[in-house]
Amino acid sequence: MTAARGGIEVEAVAMTMRFGAFTALDNVTLKVRKGTFHALLGENGAGKSTLVKCMMGFYHATEGNVLVDGRDAVIGDPVDAQMLGLGMVYQHFTLVPSLTGAENLVISRADAPSVIQWRAERARLDDFLSSMPFKVPLDRPVSRLSAGEKQKLEILKQLYLGSRFLILDEPTSVLTPAEADEVLGHVRALCEAGQISVLMITHKFREVTAFADDVSVLRRGQLAGHGAVKDLSHDDMARMMMGAQPERAEVTRSATVGAPVLTLSDAKAADRSGLKSIDIAALEVRAGEILGIAGVSGNGQTELMEMLTGQRRLTGGEIRIHGEPYHATRREQKALKVRYLPEEPLHNACAPRMSVAENIAFRIFDEDDTGGPRLWKNTRQILANAEARIAEFNVKTASPHSPIAALSGGNVQRAVLSRELTGDVDLLIVANPCFGLDFAAVAAIRERIVESRNRGVAVLLISEDLDEILELSDRILVMSEGQIAFETTSQNADTAEIGSYMAGHA
Amino acid sequence: MSTDIGMWGVPLAILGGAIRVSTPFLFVSIGECLTERSGRINLGLEGTLVFGAMSGYAIAFETGSPWAGVLAAALAGAVFGLFHGWICKFKGVNDVAIGIALMLLGMGLAFFFGKPYIQPVAPDLPAIPLGWWSDIPQVQAALQVNALFIIGAALAVAMAWMFRSTKIGLTIRVVGDSTDAARAIGLNPNTVRLLSTAAGGALAGVGGAYLSLYYPGSWNEGVSSGQGLMAVALVIFARWNPIYCFWAALLFGGAGALGPALQSVGVTSGYYLFFAAPYVLTLALLIFTSSPDKAMDGAPGELSLNK
Repeated sequence: MTAARGGIEVEAVAMTMRFGAFTALDNVTLKVRKGTFHALLGENGAGKSTLVKCMMGFYHATEGNVLVDGRDAVIGDPVDAQMLGLGMVYQHFTLVPSLTGAENLVISRADAPSVIQWRAERARLDDFLSSMPFKVPLDRPVSRLSAGEKQKLEILKQLYLGSRFLILDEPTSVLTPAEADEVLGHVRALCEAGQISVLMITHKFREVTAFADDVSVLRRGQLAGHGAVKDLSHDDMARMMMGAQPERAEVTRSATVGAPVLTLSDAKAADRSGLKSIDIAALEVRAGEILGIAGVSGNGQTELMEMLTGQRRLTGGEIRIHGEPYHATRREQKALKVRYLPEEPLHNACAPRMSVAENIAFRIFDEDDTGGPRLWKNTRQILANAEARIAEFNVKTASPHSPIAALSGGNVQRAVLSRELTGDVDLLIVANPCFGLDFAAVAAIRERIVESRNRGVAVLLISEDLDEILELSDRILVMSEGQIAFETTSQNADTAEIGSYMAGHA
Repeated sequence: MSTDIGMWGVPLAILGGAIRVSTPFLFVSIGECLTERSGRINLGLEGTLVFGAMSGYAIAFETGSPWAGVLAAALAGAVFGLFHGWICKFKGVNDVAIGIALMLLGMGLAFFFGKPYIQPVAPDLPAIPLGWWSDIPQVQAALQVNALFIIGAALAVAMAWMFRSTKIGLTIRVVGDSTDAARAIGLNPNTVRLLSTAAGGALAGVGGAYLSLYYPGSWNEGVSSGQGLMAVALVIFARWNPIYCFWAALLFGGAGALGPALQSVGVTSGYYLFFAAPYVLTLALLIFTSSPDKAMDGAPGELSLNK
């Protein structure tokens, strides 16, 4: 076991990566100075992941090489990279959920002993932890840690393995703003102490300005710009990232608050672990408003969404729409005009291997033109409908016949939204709609949501991204420990106050 | 000498029966536990068990040594496990379907090769008289414990320790819980699963040898009554924990011994119903330990049951 012995300088020189005829990376040079925090900005598909995978030895670059501390490094696979002190924290956690933190750390070591003397190992782990700026509980299975704790454990694991150069792949995409600031603050502190050098992939300008020393921007596989963060404004970075694309106009809101559409009273259900319960005393969404539900991941928002979609049994109370009891059956959804955009729509709202056209037709395939039942599938109508929706919602797909799983995240989201927002809609229930999407997709999705609000649709927005809640909502509720802890209007919203309710400290 | 111990005979007979009947459950279930912890299900253990019973009996008869038979059964089981593990590494192969195919193959092969061994008598495995301290013959009879039962119990404890405190154990758990995480730390999931399935098969084979070499102690086509399949269910409500597998096996053994025990004190009505006790127990336990709202905890994440 080796503690970090100081950050190293890593440079990718003239990297080019071609996949067949497609050039994913075109002559990119990027230098991370010793002990600095370097941000790598770019839209989805700009080549950020390809670049770091080439540096880590997952891919073998067509041209170009990596210098470590100024010397040519031969990196054939991730194990070579590890030997040189290069480590990567992936966007999706690579910790083993059922193992404890301590077990995860020990087994990830190449020289793990064949019989583990837990007492001695724990003493060594505690030693190691005491030299670190943050702590993580090591005796709990990783599945019971919060997202922030997992992310910290991933970083600890890299340091424990002796990495002196860390690549963080969108490390904050699953964290709340407060958790993100905490984790990045610790990483920043480790850089300043000279223990590590960091290369962080991100979409978020705020994190770049707050934590990074240098920034490099990729666009379509090419280096679109780089420099010291203090010399660049958000506008400069946005221009490098998006090219000359014009900024989207802010969608204007019109005051359209109407009658209540969705009401929950004393709705109770068991939570995911079955040990605690979700208890929504009162919740009301009116026509023409966006009600945002903020909260730290794991405080019952997922369960609330499942209650509303009929995936989770109510143990008490009721859900009413337009005053009528609602159980989320297909018949009721149609009669009461309820539509959903669940999180991870590819899993929760699509049949991944069916075609885009078929997925878009899920709400209409069994109806004829008058809304009556249909016995035979009308392929022509399904296709015509899909082509209209694809054009209207700007879904990028090779053809309406391609499987929806082949689309990028943003386009799956657009396709599902096109299905859910077509026709008469009275209530739209949305969860984490922009999770993992790039800039342009986020703007388009949010615009659609506000547009439907302006049309008089009642929107319930459950999101773990507080910025999104603040940007879109008319009213904001905070969920904590399975209950509604706080309510405010967006005009009076105070981020610090909301944050303290989210953290359960109020 | 015969002592009348009255109704005490029933619990005593159940205890003795539990120890006798549970041994195959114990071996198959800790074998399956090992395989499932690595992220695969081997439903073929019923076939492995029957083939182990046949090969164990045949080798014990040919060599005159029951322990040689046990070894042969373990080897045969390992071969079945290796075959399962090898086929399952290919893309698009479903471990459950392969398991069912191997179950039928194992039973068919055992019946085919076992025909000549139905008549001959092979030497039995020795039993250890743990009831020497008592004068009561029923107690002595109940505590005639076979060496394999003790080995099985020790293996369950050893396996629990292995999962907690050895590199091999942690490796198996990593592979069973997350293929991606396993790859990220340089493990080859297919190799780990292949070896785990082979070891699980070997244990199931030993369970089979117990059937033909100790209790009931002969080879015929009805030697197994579904122990290999029930052991799979048993692993599920033992929550993939080898120690719980041991207790669950005892419970099943006890339920299986209920019929004969009641018969021994003269309760003969509902005879066949009592013989169904283990199956009823399987159903009842699975229903009572399930929940419509709660996910199964303790289940290895890569198990095809969970996907």
